[in-house]
Amino acid sequence: MAKVYVDNVRDLVVKAGEIREKLALGTRRIGNVHIGGPMSATDVTVAIYYKYMGFDPDNLDDPNRDIFILSKGHNGILLFTIFCDMGMYDWDLLLDTYNTIGHPFGAHPNHKRVKGIEVSTGSLGHGLSWCCGLAHANRGRNIKSRIWTLLGDGEMEEGSNWEAILYAASKKLDNIVAVVDFNHASAAFETNQNPRWGEQGGPEGMAECFRAFGWNATVIDGTSMTEIDKALGALPEVTLNGKPNAIICSTTKGQGVPFMMERPCAWHIGGFDDAKLEEALKDIKAYTAEKLAEV
Amino acid sequence: MGGFTFCCGDMGPAMEAKGTVTNEILEMIEDDPRVCYINADGTSRGGRVQKMQEKYPDRVLDVGIQEMNMVTIAAGLAKQGFLPYVQTFGPFLCVRALDQIHNDVAYNDYPVRLIGTHAGLSSGYGPTHNTIIEFGVMNSLPNMTMVAPCDAEQCKKLLRKSLSYPKPIYIRIPRGEEPLVYTADYEYDYEIGKANIIQEGTDLNIIATGMGVYNAVQAARQLEEKGYSVGVIDMHTIKPIDKEAVINAAKKSGAIITVEDHNILGGLGSIVADVLMEAGVFARLKKIGVPDTFVEFGYPEEIYPYYGMDAAGIAKTALEFLQV
Repeated sequence: MAKVYVDNVRDLVVKAGEIREKLALGTRRIGNVHIGGPMSATDVTVAIYYKYMGFDPDNLDDPNRDIFILSKGHNGILLFTIFCDMGMYDWDLLLDTYNTIGHPFGAHPNHKRVKGIEVSTGSLGHGLSWCCGLAHANRGRNIKSRIWTLLGDGEMEEGSNWEAILYAASKKLDNIVAVVDFNHASAAFETNQNPRWGEQGGPEGMAECFRAFGWNATVIDGTSMTEIDKALGALPEVTLNGKPNAIICSTTKGQGVPFMMERPCAWHIGGFDDAKLEEALKDIKAYTAEKLAEV
Repeated sequence: MGGFTFCCGDMGPAMEAKGTVTNEILEMIEDDPRVCYINADGTSRGGRVQKMQEKYPDRVLDVGIQEMNMVTIAAGLAKQGFLPYVQTFGPFLCVRALDQIHNDVAYNDYPVRLIGTHAGLSSGYGPTHNTIIEFGVMNSLPNMTMVAPCDAEQCKKLLRKSLSYPKPIYIRIPRGEEPLVYTADYEYDYEIGKANIIQEGTDLNIIATGMGVYNAVQAARQLEEKGYSVGVIDMHTIKPIDKEAVINAAKKSGAIITVEDHNILGGLGSIVADVLMEAGVFARLKKIGVPDTFVEFGYPEEIYPYYGMDAAGIAKTALEFLQV
């Protein structure tokens, strides 16, 4: 299995389109799956896995590897789809066995069952603390690779995150990168209204909160691969003695599929019939073409 | 077997389990590069731990008052091959950080050692500062091992054993200066999951854990003076429970008293009852512990007698039980 590396922005957009299509096809085959969140997090996750973390399926135990923690564990299907795309697993196996007894791919990722998954997640508000522990472990051995975590904006309401945010800045754990998929919706609320982040609200308000706790924080258009590529490329060199980094990606739940984006909470979990699948695939193709035109 | 020639708790010096444990771990840190020590606002300013922190800034941590973060930090270190020993008040560990213990330690199955201090009534500061639920909680948590050492010396034995134990462990210790149950010349093999049978009895066997062991030994002496043959089992491991020791004790005497500084619901007594029912072994059972209530405020010397958990209280309950 060769290391999969996608360098230029156009190819990353194409790759994100392919992953979205697979997510849509998977949703039809599986029946009912967390789909709104994976769709909104696809672009930044693709950029991290295919370019910035140097993910190498053949060297998953390399002590110098970057580590990715899926704090919003309900996006497991997104990572599984990427792993299949990289040749680590058979995609049909994923779709035929998803969330069934005795098979690797559960509704939330389990590190004992799926190679490439670093820790088992699912309950929200744990990823940042995992990062703190892993960051200490690496710093203790002078390893300067990055510890990434992907969070949702709804998840950021959990108090445990803020213990870790306070802590990481205090201990200067600059090997941590927190990526927030600010998709503006949890399962029940459109999060522009609930809660209000900082003075400004929304992604900018959340960035204020991170900065107030001593982090570097950048807000980007999480639907623009150009902006994602620029932000990830601009991450400061790890010194093991600096500010941790947050990148807040403004997106919409169900990104790329208008009928999902219009009802983001309803599409936290959902399934497609044939008609919905056809519509979603058509939408994703058009969306990807539009995004390519912007590059 | 009779007498307590090898077990002279009332003559032994008092030792603070909490301090002993910390010192032992700090020694282990020097000996073993995997060992970490993590506390939550429990290290003293300029004290030994903070000095060690300067030497090992990523292995000796006081995270401040954030127990949830502390537990997952430990899990992160354990994932990378370290062996973290986490220490704080039991209520802030087992209760507040249970989500993190459940998901990041037990479910992820990394060898974190969780040391919950101020167990049961030993805190003296009331229901917010003690815990009476750890046995029940940890017993029902997959992958978790639950131990309750009976004195500071046993804590040291446990800590050394834990260096080669692959699973997560919750270690429940009391708060203050507790008497030693075992004298220095009393040799026994400490094995996680293997009860220490201090002595066997034919009228009654007392199965005790943690602080209860010392009081059970004293109570047994009082009962022996009245002519009863009373056994005492130090059940230092709550999970996995030593089923053989429980079953043998029940067969030998037909009467069991359990003593635990814990709610009698879901604790040692309940676990002993489970073992006996599943094995089809009949024995009369009396559970001594906290009677499913949030405990009163009060210092240990007052509060253990109040709940009948001191030696005199155990002996009194035992006499009534034996005379039915």
